[in-house]
Amino acid sequence: MEKMFKVSSNPHIRSKDTTSRIMQYVALALLPAMIFGIFNFGMHAMFLVMITVSATVLSEYIYDRCMKKEISIGDFSAVVTGLLLALNLPPEAPLWVGVIGGVFAIIVVKMLFGGLGQNFMNPALGARCFLIISFTSIMTNFDCDAYTGATPLAAIKAGEGAPELIDMIIGRTAGTIGETSMIALLIGAAFLLVMKVIDLRVPGAYILSFVVFIVLFSGHGLELDYIVAQLAGGGLMLGAFFMATDYVTRPITKNGQYVFGIFLGIMTGIFRIFGPSAEGVSYAIILGNLLVPLIEKVTKPTAFGKKKTKKEAA
Amino acid sequence: MSDINNEARQGSMEIFFNGLVKENPTFVLALGMCPTLAVTTSAVNGLGMGLTTTAVLVLSNAIISLLRHIIPNRVRIPAFIVIVASFVTMVELLLEGFIPSLYSALGLYIPLIVVNCIILGRAESFASKNPVIPSIFDGLGMGLGFTVALTAIGAVRELLGAGEFFGIPVINKVLGGISSVFGLAEPIEYVPISIFVLAPGAFFVLAALTALQNRVKRKMQEKGQNVDKIQSGCSSDCANCSDSGCAHRFVDVDGAPGSVADAKANQKREG
Repeated sequence: MEKMFKVSSNPHIRSKDTTSRIMQYVALALLPAMIFGIFNFGMHAMFLVMITVSATVLSEYIYDRCMKKEISIGDFSAVVTGLLLALNLPPEAPLWVGVIGGVFAIIVVKMLFGGLGQNFMNPALGARCFLIISFTSIMTNFDCDAYTGATPLAAIKAGEGAPELIDMIIGRTAGTIGETSMIALLIGAAFLLVMKVIDLRVPGAYILSFVVFIVLFSGHGLELDYIVAQLAGGGLMLGAFFMATDYVTRPITKNGQYVFGIFLGIMTGIFRIFGPSAEGVSYAIILGNLLVPLIEKVTKPTAFGKKKTKKEAA
Repeated sequence: MSDINNEARQGSMEIFFNGLVKENPTFVLALGMCPTLAVTTSAVNGLGMGLTTTAVLVLSNAIISLLRHIIPNRVRIPAFIVIVASFVTMVELLLEGFIPSLYSALGLYIPLIVVNCIILGRAESFASKNPVIPSIFDGLGMGLGFTVALTAIGAVRELLGAGEFFGIPVINKVLGGISSVFGLAEPIEYVPISIFVLAPGAFFVLAALTALQNRVKRKMQEKGQNVDKIQSGCSSDCANCSDSGCAHRFVDVDGAPGSVADAKANQKREG
């Protein structure tokens, strides 16, 4: 057989933005949340983060070796997946939970579908949902040395009083390692926005539509405390800025990204207000991921110069 | 009809192993997915479902093969279903009477054997075109292939999802042994990955085992062993398909292969 030369699709303009550089930016942007999480929850959280990241990177390396593929860990996407997954774990989860989650995220959700760019679902979120379904009691137990009791959202859901707003914004509440601190997450998000790694289309549409939804349907109306608690008290910030914006699993088209964001906002609202669980970000994003091909198909822009014809009889 | 009689001429053992390995209904033909995904939460359930299906498959294949010249082509599917349903009812009552635990575990999926596509598929593509003995062996092979597949899926799901193998907590026993060797005060406990006994786990295990099966077959092929399917392997090229058990079946023009007139002509030729 003749040797094949692979040429990537045009445009062939060079840019400094390589996959690995973008992934490094994302990893960097996750650092404030991670550091705050470790600071907040203690050493076990640090070990959990470390072991989860090593599990994702190692399993990608081993998979590549076994399948005789080019070693792809240099693109840092496994590091980002590991970080995101670790930030989604409860601080006192056993270390093996991180390992199982990491292996599942990389091998099953990402590599089996063809590696980075081919996965239809965010690997970290896929693994998180796998863990929640498998080890429900471990994954929903947020008791740790620093905090006992329910997460802010669970407390609100149960009708107990929410923690102080300022605690929720700074992050001094129970929750997963990386989700509690709204400020740390927003610092990271701002960094990504400035570096133009992400834009506001998905997170903006997501958060706005979510706010509209809870104002309309939660029964609390325009109660500011409640809205801020919903925004800061759960995984919304982490999900909206770091996971819904994943290049691979969000729509390519601009309009599609708005649709995607609005869909996520509505689904999160439905899960949080009408569902049995207080949280809904992970499932909303995963569900959105599955709809991306359809959204892209519907929102395909017309090619430049092509006249809009009246609805063709198709 | 020469190629159909070809199949009949093949040895019974070959037909049997075709169902068991080469054309395993679960891993190769991907038939009967509903019971495969639904009842394989444990190895025992898989085994029970597989054997139940095997019994029905062998009996219905035999009867349909006996009646293959009598059943009019146009109403063959209802006729097959009546035959299959009779056997399923018998098996269901027997199970309820003698193995009530399995009966309650399989529940709704026993009556659903009536519409199991393996049974209808084999009736349609094999038993209705072949003599009784090969049909029985085909039913036996396909049924046992289904049983092996279901038991394997059930065993893996049970092992990972509950830490048990046929109801015996093997993982905890092994871990307990290891703990006592190392002199740990508290034995290490296995935490079951409960997603494997839920619906998604069925898909994971089915996919993994199918991939494994393909890999083993490819290795066998590389070693020069023949793993080709002997029939019903569809190239999806209906126009040039030599599989007369397939392409003509939906054309019911009098005189066309497979039609009533054709069957009568065959009868005359044979008689």
